[in-house]
Amino acid sequence: MVSKVDAAAGRLAASSGRAPAVMVQGLVKRYGSLEAVRGIDFAVAAGEIFGFLGPNGAGKSTTIKILCTLAQPSEGSAQVAGYNVVLQRDAVRRNIGLVFQDPTLDAYLTAEQNLRFHAELYAVPKDLVDSRLRQVLEMVGLWERRSSLVSTFSGGMQRRLEIARGLLHAPKVLFLDEPTVGLDPQTRTSIWEYIIELKQREDITIFLTTHYMEEAEHCDRIAIIDHGQIQAVDTPEALKASVGKDRVQIATADDVQAIEALSSRFEIEAGMHDGLVTFSVASGEAFVPRLFAELGVGIRSVSVARPSLDDVFMSYTGRTIRDTEATSSDSMRALRQRFRGR
Amino acid sequence: MATSTTSSPIELPDEVTAIRVSAPAGGFAQDLRAISIVWRRELIRFWRDKLRMVTSLIQPILFLFVLGTGLSTLAKHGMPPGVNLRTFLYPGVLAMSALFTALFSAGSIVWDREFGFLREMLVAPVSRGSIVLGKCLGGTTVATMQGIVILILAGLAGVPYRPILIVTLIGELLLLSFTLTAFGVMMAARIQQFQAFMAVTQMLVMPLFFLSGALYPLSGLPTWLTVLTRIDPLTYIVGPMRSAVFQSINMSPLARHLLSPGITWDGWLVPTGLSLAIVAVMGLAMAFIAIVEFRKND
Repeated sequence: MVSKVDAAAGRLAASSGRAPAVMVQGLVKRYGSLEAVRGIDFAVAAGEIFGFLGPNGAGKSTTIKILCTLAQPSEGSAQVAGYNVVLQRDAVRRNIGLVFQDPTLDAYLTAEQNLRFHAELYAVPKDLVDSRLRQVLEMVGLWERRSSLVSTFSGGMQRRLEIARGLLHAPKVLFLDEPTVGLDPQTRTSIWEYIIELKQREDITIFLTTHYMEEAEHCDRIAIIDHGQIQAVDTPEALKASVGKDRVQIATADDVQAIEALSSRFEIEAGMHDGLVTFSVASGEAFVPRLFAELGVGIRSVSVARPSLDDVFMSYTGRTIRDTEATSSDSMRALRQRFRGR
Repeated sequence: MATSTTSSPIELPDEVTAIRVSAPAGGFAQDLRAISIVWRRELIRFWRDKLRMVTSLIQPILFLFVLGTGLSTLAKHGMPPGVNLRTFLYPGVLAMSALFTALFSAGSIVWDREFGFLREMLVAPVSRGSIVLGKCLGGTTVATMQGIVILILAGLAGVPYRPILIVTLIGELLLLSFTLTAFGVMMAARIQQFQAFMAVTQMLVMPLFFLSGALYPLSGLPTWLTVLTRIDPLTYIVGPMRSAVFQSINMSPLARHLLSPGITWDGWLVPTGLSLAIVAVMGLAMAFIAIVEFRKND
């Protein structure tokens, strides 16, 4: 597994021609006798959206904490933006932006005051503060609300403000720890629109953790993490392809002849399901043109179904990602949000 | 400090351009900026919280005008002619007003921790020292400002508005406020819940106040109380404050000695300078411990 990971990282680094934004080697984190992270290796290429997918307690947050210099590794090493997270802590901190799971805004300050506080702590050059402030606030659609107290913001607005703040000092790597947890589906979608827009506009690498499958789909590459170990790293497409073949269903002019032709010309065993000729094949989309050209039987319709990331997760970890813990911590968060917003 | 404008693949709203900001490496200038912004945040929050400003005045005013006036009939015979009990209580009450505000201000660290904002400060590329120092200076400023409100009421307690007295008292308020805030920050480094912090504070405030000589002269006390008053750090600031107040009032030296005997260690009179130095050293030591604590709890 490890060699596969290294190879993938090497390929990526070579293809982008830039040093990796994040480089992790043999990372272990122990809390007493508990091994939260059990020796992981991976690399994130500059400019990538890289997702850590795993259930709560899989080691996602511990890894992100180490990468953000908030925790020290027990073994192994990690570099972020070219700096060692243990030995060059301040350099790492200057080059990363952080958006945590839980809000870290001062609700008694205005949106603008929160950002100015951040600009001072991160030593953004004074003559650039105003323009950069406006830029990030407009990006998340909060420029008009800059003078409002954060306590008057909804959960989604607060998260957007945190993203704006994380970007204010133009970090090379932006860490988003469960960026949409506790938000309603509509807000979640809009947060993702900002993240994708951000990737296009800023020269930035985005590292995020999530336990939502549909969010992992947005990433360029994902690492599936469970029990403190990386089970797989690849693009969502490749991961799904690795699980198995796509399912292709066709409606033809003559089903019996079509099944015969599939067997003789493509060596594919097909059967009838839902009144359609059904078979499995690797990379179904690429297969469809050949099918049209070589089947020799009229085709009325085609559908290609991919395995979902749920299937991927299931195949690598032997279970689904659903966990009861998420619901309780989400409701705690909502409660806290209300309290803050009073 | 590289600044360049990169062209953007998508349309930008209005006149916004993509600005690349690369923060310079740290150093003294950056620490100063960090100290200054942490300090300013404290002032903004203090200013916004008008209710807190008013409520923290209630207790000192009760002590000064209700207790002071009520007990003055009882204390009439013990007091030299022309001196009011309120005047005697005034320095202690002044210290008290700073006491509450400074500790509450330091407690905002615990509050910040509970609501996540502390994390925003602790992950920034600035030294823990500058955050602790900014907090201490912020608390010092707001507590002194609260004390200045009580200073404005000095006339009602029979304390004259002499410039030299005002300046002395403000200086002593600053010193007291710094030490108290440093003490609060030191505790806040360890305590995780705001309720717990307030409970500890309440538990400490009254003994500190009652043992400081704010309510009675420090001479002629039983031995156990004498020892306790000499251990209380607040004693070493209330003493100089009271002697400053009585220095500016016309009264016989005997009466002055009776009401403001100074702080003695086994008969030796502690000079005002040493007294203030004790408070300053304690403040610096506690600020130092707070910095160490915050460095430890990564």
